[in-house]
Amino acid sequence: MKRSEALGTSSRSSRRHEASRRRALGALLAGASLLVVRPATATPEELTAALRETFGDRPVNRGRVKLELPRLAENGSVVPVTVSVDSPMTEQEYVQSIHLFAEKNHLPRILEVQLGPYNGKAVVASRVRMATSQQLTAVAVLSDGSLWSAAADIEVVTSECGL
Amino acid sequence: MSRMGAGRVRMPASAKRGEVIEIRTLVQHPMESGFRLDNTGKEIPRHIVESFECTYNGREIFRAKLHPAVSTNPFFTFYAVAVESGELVFTWRDDQGGMATATSHLDVV
Repeated sequence: MKRSEALGTSSRSSRRHEASRRRALGALLAGASLLVVRPATATPEELTAALRETFGDRPVNRGRVKLELPRLAENGSVVPVTVSVDSPMTEQEYVQSIHLFAEKNHLPRILEVQLGPYNGKAVVASRVRMATSQQLTAVAVLSDGSLWSAAADIEVVTSECGL
Repeated sequence: MSRMGAGRVRMPASAKRGEVIEIRTLVQHPMESGFRLDNTGKEIPRHIVESFECTYNGREIFRAKLHPAVSTNPFFTFYAVAVESGELVFTWRDDQGGMATATSHLDVV
């Protein structure tokens, strides 16, 4: 009773009182769950937004980039990934950066690396987290300003990374 | 909390001038994504390595920006052209002020 009053509910009969108390509690619980529940995954729109934010309206071509990852990952927390770009890596023509995106993680960005002619070859490998089965996209920025990309699908069995 | 494990580097000790060498690096770090809950349902705060860089005789030859989707104990393989003998310095920085460094010497013959 005291708690109901504290919540600002008032009623004449104890039955009505009880009902409004329940409603108030229900509303509280709903509010609390809204605070902790996050969207299950990033939508492809979020990926599009991340691409736009990074590269603006510059066209992203398909090709010149090879994205290697397992087709099936038993554990999505540790997925080996290798990105190679077809470039001579000379002072005149080289890869400036490589960007990796996940379509359905909470955050679409995975990592970005800066490269130059001093690397000799445009190949980078790392290990990444995949929340669920989805498509990965790698985009390379070349020294002439052009953008090239590749995408690859991966099936994830379990993931404990919380992403 | 801001302490970081040791950084480890595997690369050849020597190379011919102009040769492209492979460099493999790893740092011990939880890469806590900030999206996980502990046993009591409380959010575990984000704690990730945000940047990694490599310099070769003072010149930057590799830089990475990491997001929470990089796995625990961040690992990178990349390449470099052996141009002259000298030091390669590797630096990892996390979002709580933690830092780790490693240095390797390369003999160019």
